[in-house]
Amino acid sequence: MRLADTLRFARDAATGYPMRTTLSVLAMSIGVAAVVILTALGDGARRYVVGQFSSLGTNLIIVLPGRSGTGGFNPANAITSTPRDLTIDDAGSLRRLPGTRRVAPLAVGTSEINYGGKLREVMVAGSTAEFIPIRNFEIAQGQGLPEEDWNRGSSVAVIGAKIREEMFGANQAIGQLVRVGDRRLRIVGVLKSTGQGLGMNTDELVIVPVSLAQAMFNSNTLFRIMIEANSRDAIPSTKERVMETLKQRHRGEEDVTVITQDAVLATFDKLLGALTLAVAGIAAISLAVAGILVMNVMLVAVTQRTGEIGLLKALGATSRTIRLAFLAEAAMLSAVGALVGYLLGQLGAFALRQFFPVFPAYPPDWAVIAGLTTALATGLIFGVMPARRAARLDPVQALMKH
Amino acid sequence: MALIELSGIERRFLLGDTTVHALAGLNLQIDAGEYVAVMGPSGSGKSTLLNLLGLLDRPNEGTYKLEGRDVTTLSPDEQATVRSTRIGFVFQSFHLVPRLTAAENIALPMTLAGIPAVERNKRVAQALKDFGLENRADHKPDQLSGGQRQRVAIARATIMQPALILADEPTGNLDRHTGEEVVNLLEALNAKGVTLIVVTHDQGMGARARRQLVMEDGRLKADSRAASISNLAEISG
Ligand SMILES: Nc1ncnc2c1ncn2[C@@H]1O[C@H](COP(=O)(O)OP(=O)(O)O)[C@@H](O)[C@H]1O
Ligand SMILES: [Mg+2]
Repeated sequence: MRLADTLRFARDAATGYPMRTTLSVLAMSIGVAAVVILTALGDGARRYVVGQFSSLGTNLIIVLPGRSGTGGFNPANAITSTPRDLTIDDAGSLRRLPGTRRVAPLAVGTSEINYGGKLREVMVAGSTAEFIPIRNFEIAQGQGLPEEDWNRGSSVAVIGAKIREEMFGANQAIGQLVRVGDRRLRIVGVLKSTGQGLGMNTDELVIVPVSLAQAMFNSNTLFRIMIEANSRDAIPSTKERVMETLKQRHRGEEDVTVITQDAVLATFDKLLGALTLAVAGIAAISLAVAGILVMNVMLVAVTQRTGEIGLLKALGATSRTIRLAFLAEAAMLSAVGALVGYLLGQLGAFALRQFFPVFPAYPPDWAVIAGLTTALATGLIFGVMPARRAARLDPVQALMKH
Repeated sequence: MALIELSGIERRFLLGDTTVHALAGLNLQIDAGEYVAVMGPSGSGKSTLLNLLGLLDRPNEGTYKLEGRDVTTLSPDEQATVRSTRIGFVFQSFHLVPRLTAAENIALPMTLAGIPAVERNKRVAQALKDFGLENRADHKPDQLSGGQRQRVAIARATIMQPALILADEPTGNLDRHTGEEVVNLLEALNAKGVTLIVVTHDQGMGARARRQLVMEDGRLKADSRAASISNLAEISG
C-alpha cells in the first residue's frame, strides 16, 4: 500500500472510533503538556535566578574577609563574618589595578533614621560614589554619593524609595536633614524603587559614605569590597591581581576570599538546570504511561477490527501492509496527542507568565524537542506489538469474527 | 491446462479430543472459465474447500496447483500477492468496511496493492457504472440495501480482474429477487471468462451452474462432470 493511502487508511480508522482515539490522544497530550509546563517552571526558575544575579552588577568581583576552604563558591562564606579585617585602604589599593573599572568598599549595619518625629529602623550601607553604578542601582531624584576622600566622607545620605515615602510622604526629601544613629545627614539622593529581588532590597536602604558608616558602627572593617572588571574577559586576571595585592598588604597571608559573579552564576545555573532535567524526567514518566495506554488502545483496536483484518488479508494485503497500517494509526494517535499537548503546554506556560510576569516561564527548546520525540517514540514502540499481532492473525479465523 | 488442481487434499481440525476431517482425500480439477456450484449439507466442508482454494487456509496434506503452480508451499506474503492479483472473494455477509464509502470499498484491493489513485478512480468509476451503483458511490455500507452491498462486494471482487471468483453463499442474506440479480451479475462475469465457484444451499441456483459438486463429510460425493464423463463411458462402452 502507498504511504499516502496507509496514512489515510489509519486516519479513517482512528476517526472511526472517536472514543478510544480521544482517550489516547488525551493521555499523550497530558504527558507532553506536563513536560512543557514543568520544564517551563524549572527553566523559569533558573532564568529568574540568573537574571537576579546579573542584576547585582556586571563583571562583578567580590572580596570577602576570611579564607574559604575551597576554590569554588561556598554559600556559607557569604554569610559568616570577619575573622580578619578588610579595610578601606585595602579597597583603595585596588583602585589603581589594571583591569578594574570601579571599586567600592562596603560596610553594613542597622541603625535608626529619624525625621520630623518619625523613627524607623533601616539598613545602612557605607560605601563610596561608585557603589551605585557598580550595583546598577538607579537614582530617582538628586544624585549619588559625592566623589571625595574615602576616609573623610561628608555628612550626606542617599535613601531608598520606601524610606522616602514613609519619612517624607508628599514633601521634598532632597536637601532635608535627617538623623541616622547619632549623625545628622543631608539627603542628596533617592534611589529608584527595585522591589524584592535576590540581591539587596534597596527600598529600605540608606547609603552613606563608608567612613561615616564605620564611625557609626564603631568598627574599621569592611563587609565586602566590590570590583567591577573592565570586561568579562578581564575577570580572571583581575581576580588574580586582587588576590595578589591583598596578600601583599596582609603580610603574605591569603586571608580573603575572592568570588566572581561568574562562578556563583555557574553554580546556580547548574543546580537549577539539573532541577529542570529532573522535573522533565518525572514528566517523561507520564509519557511512558501514555505510551502504554496507546498500546492498550491499539490492542483493543486489533480485537475490534479482527474481521476487518481478515478481510484485508483476503483482499490481498500482506502482513507488512497490515503492520504498517496499525503502526501508522498508533503513530498518528501519539503525534496528534503530542501536538495537542505541546499547544496545551505552551498555553499553560503563557498563562503562568501572565499571572507571574516576573517569572520567565518559557519551556527550553531541548525539553520541547525531547518531549515530542519521546511521545512519538513511545507511541511507535508501543504500537509495534499490537501491529504485529494484527499482522499475524489467521485470515480464516479473523474472517469468521466479522 | 487446468486452472485448479487439487490432489490428495486433507484438512483436519482438532476439536477438543476429536479430529474433524473437514476435507478428506479430495481430488479435483477445475478448468479456466468453468462455472461450478458447490453444494452439500451444512458442515460438509464447502467453506473449508473455498478457503483453501482462496489461499486463506492451507491443507494438512496434498497439493494445490493454481495455474500450474504449486501454491501450497508459497510464503504467506507470496500467497497474499496471488490473492491480490488472481482471486476475488464474495462473502455471504458482504464483508464491507463500514467506515469506507462504496467507492472506497470497491477500490480497497487496488489500494492495498499500491495502485496509484488516478488509475483506481478510473477503474472504480467504470465498476460503479457496470454494477449500477453510480449514485451510491459516496454512501457508507449502512446506507445501502443488501443487494447494493453485495453488488459493491462483487465490484470489489472483480476490480483487480482476477482469474477466479470464489463466492460463499453469496445470496444467503438476500431475498429471492435480489439474490437472482446477484447471481445474474456473477454469471455475466463468468460469461466474460472468469472462473466462478459458488457455494450454495439453493438447489435451483446450483442447477444453473454448468457443473455441480456435492460434498458430504469432507468428501466429494458427486461431481456432475465426472458423472457425465462416466455416463459417456457407459454409453460408449
Ligand atoms: N477453524 C475450525 N476449527 C474447527 N473446526 C472447523 C473449523 N473450520 C471448520 N471446521 C469444521 O469442519 C467442518 C466443515 O466446516 P465448513 O467447511 O464450514 O462446512 P460448510 O461450509 O460446508 O458448512 C465442520 O465440521 C466444522 O465444524
Ligand atoms: Mg459454510
